[in-house]
Amino acid sequence: MKSESPLRAYWRANVRLIATLLTVWFVTAYGVSIVFAPWLNQFRLGSTPLGFWLAQQGSIYVFILLIWIYARAMDTLDRRYEVHED
Amino acid sequence: MTVEQWTYLIVGLSFALYIYIGYASRVRDTKGFYVAGRGVPPIANGAATAADWMSAASFISMAGLIATLGYDGAIYLMGWTGGYVLLALLLAPYLRKYRKFTVPDFVGDRYASQTARTLAALATIFISLVYVAGQMRGVGIVFSRFLAIDIAQGVLLGVAVTAFFAILGGMKGVTWTQAAQYTILIIAYLIPGVALAYLLTGNPIPQLAFAFSDISERLNQLQTDLGFSEYTAPFQSKSMLDVLAITGALMVGTAGLPHVIIRFYTTPDVRSARYSAFWALLFIGLLYTTAPALAMFARYNLINTLHGKPMEQVRQIDWVAKWEQTGLLKLVDKNGDGVVQFAKGKAFLEKSGKPDFNAPDRSNPNEVYLDNDIIVLSTPEVAQLAPFVIALLAAGGLAAALSTASGLLIAMSSAVAHDLYYRVFNPRAPERLRLLVGRLAMVPALFAAAYLGINPPGFVAQVVAFAFGLAASGLFPAILSGIFDRRMNAQGAIAGMVIGLGFTTVMIALMRAPQLFGAPEPYLKDFFGISAEGIGIVGMALNLITALVVSRLTPPPPAHIQEIVDSIRIPRGAGEALEE
Repeated sequence: MKSESPLRAYWRANVRLIATLLTVWFVTAYGVSIVFAPWLNQFRLGSTPLGFWLAQQGSIYVFILLIWIYARAMDTLDRRYEVHED
Repeated sequence: MTVEQWTYLIVGLSFALYIYIGYASRVRDTKGFYVAGRGVPPIANGAATAADWMSAASFISMAGLIATLGYDGAIYLMGWTGGYVLLALLLAPYLRKYRKFTVPDFVGDRYASQTARTLAALATIFISLVYVAGQMRGVGIVFSRFLAIDIAQGVLLGVAVTAFFAILGGMKGVTWTQAAQYTILIIAYLIPGVALAYLLTGNPIPQLAFAFSDISERLNQLQTDLGFSEYTAPFQSKSMLDVLAITGALMVGTAGLPHVIIRFYTTPDVRSARYSAFWALLFIGLLYTTAPALAMFARYNLINTLHGKPMEQVRQIDWVAKWEQTGLLKLVDKNGDGVVQFAKGKAFLEKSGKPDFNAPDRSNPNEVYLDNDIIVLSTPEVAQLAPFVIALLAAGGLAAALSTASGLLIAMSSAVAHDLYYRVFNPRAPERLRLLVGRLAMVPALFAAAYLGINPPGFVAQVVAFAFGLAASGLFPAILSGIFDRRMNAQGAIAGMVIGLGFTTVMIALMRAPQLFGAPEPYLKDFFGISAEGIGIVGMALNLITALVVSRLTPPPPAHIQEIVDSIRIPRGAGEALEE
């Protein structure tokens, strides 16, 4: 049996990672894509207003990336705390 | 070959493929029936989840909806993708580790409460039933539009094919069929998308053409000239608060939808559950980043082709003539000048939610009626593609509808047969009987789906908001607290679910009274500026707050429950044979 504390540490590290990534998620979706979209629309990506582009394209790319980063980071965490399978 | 012959051929081949896959993956035990034997690799599960998730509405109607809403269409784009981040980070890995079959399984065990289990099972059944009605309707519409088959016959054919692979193959049959259906639907969506992008901008990649071609500038200019607001300007049809609330409710609702969650039970281990969420969103993103491009190109093209042209000349265009016949497009020369005017406002007066083509709305100069579905359905003709592409589009629409319907059937049958029959009424039922009941439970679900598809209640589209609201305000918070709050107990979770579900139900009933009870006016216009579509996010917040307060005023959950929480937080041991 492992002692209690490494598992607690694993969970804390996991929750910290989740909190960081969800902050990015929140700012992407509600911050730049909605609340600041009217202001960001004065800038352009290519020839498309930036706020509009973020809301209809950019945010989706960020979401995909966030899940990939989480899966990769958890591979490392699982191995470091020896809770991975096989 | 004519378009119709092509359509029979391609749709026929795709149905034969689904039936073959269903037969090849038939199952003999409940583990195969409910969770595909937990042997689905992440990429395949990602594709299956994407098909499970993208419905007839995503495939056929979403681009048109966005074309009408402009920037505000982002509520659907972000709402229906952002939820996967919540699912991947907060729910999927832990529910997979719990090694059970359904969502009510976890809720009932974690809170050691048959009340919580029953509540979760009933919410699952209701949500799935609402949803499946829309899918079967979609099947009927595709059949009637492309093959001139009666809607009722189309629905019955769709139900028969779905019944075959779902009853025989259970989750295993559904999973592999969905993976095939994803392949068909994404090819069918991308070919016209690429062709239209190339035709209008010279850039064949819709996502790049969306950002770097000058279409957005030209469309904004065109819209301003015609008296519309700019296409890219935010909050033209909804307030900022409502956009925030709807996006939030759709995201949280997505993460709480049972037929999506159970897809993650089918992977071999926790790690694959995380990666399959990535693949799922990547595959979904492929369609969801193409849709807004298609919306913008098609809107530009439609205005450009129709506005200011002589009506007789416009009616000579093949696709205009064809779609005007089906009622998806209608021109009316209100001012009798023989020229098409595209303007703000409705072309026709509405009768029970549908345009009345005999009654032009003379309060505005707009002479063009466009149904949302036309944006996707007309692309092959607008882009002058070969007839087989139109046939492929029909097969793609059917794939989108059938894959979602079959996922919903599994969710409903497992809630009835596994959660209510086996876990609540007859816990001693032997394995063989449980499998039989699981299969039998699909039959009434299929009948209900067929009935609702053929006789759609007028409010199907309206109650989809209901499905998301209930998932957001009932299921999502109960699962979330079950994983992240060790101190959460049955009293807290049940009180939270009752308050969250109750509040959301009452609010939606008040705001959608005309559609639900035929009231002349909604009893409540909005809730402090939040509409029925977005109310689920308020319900979720009320659920979480109530649960937190009640749980802290009542005793902590027993030690063995806290051990469950500790164990689901660790990936190791997810593949062990400790199944129910």
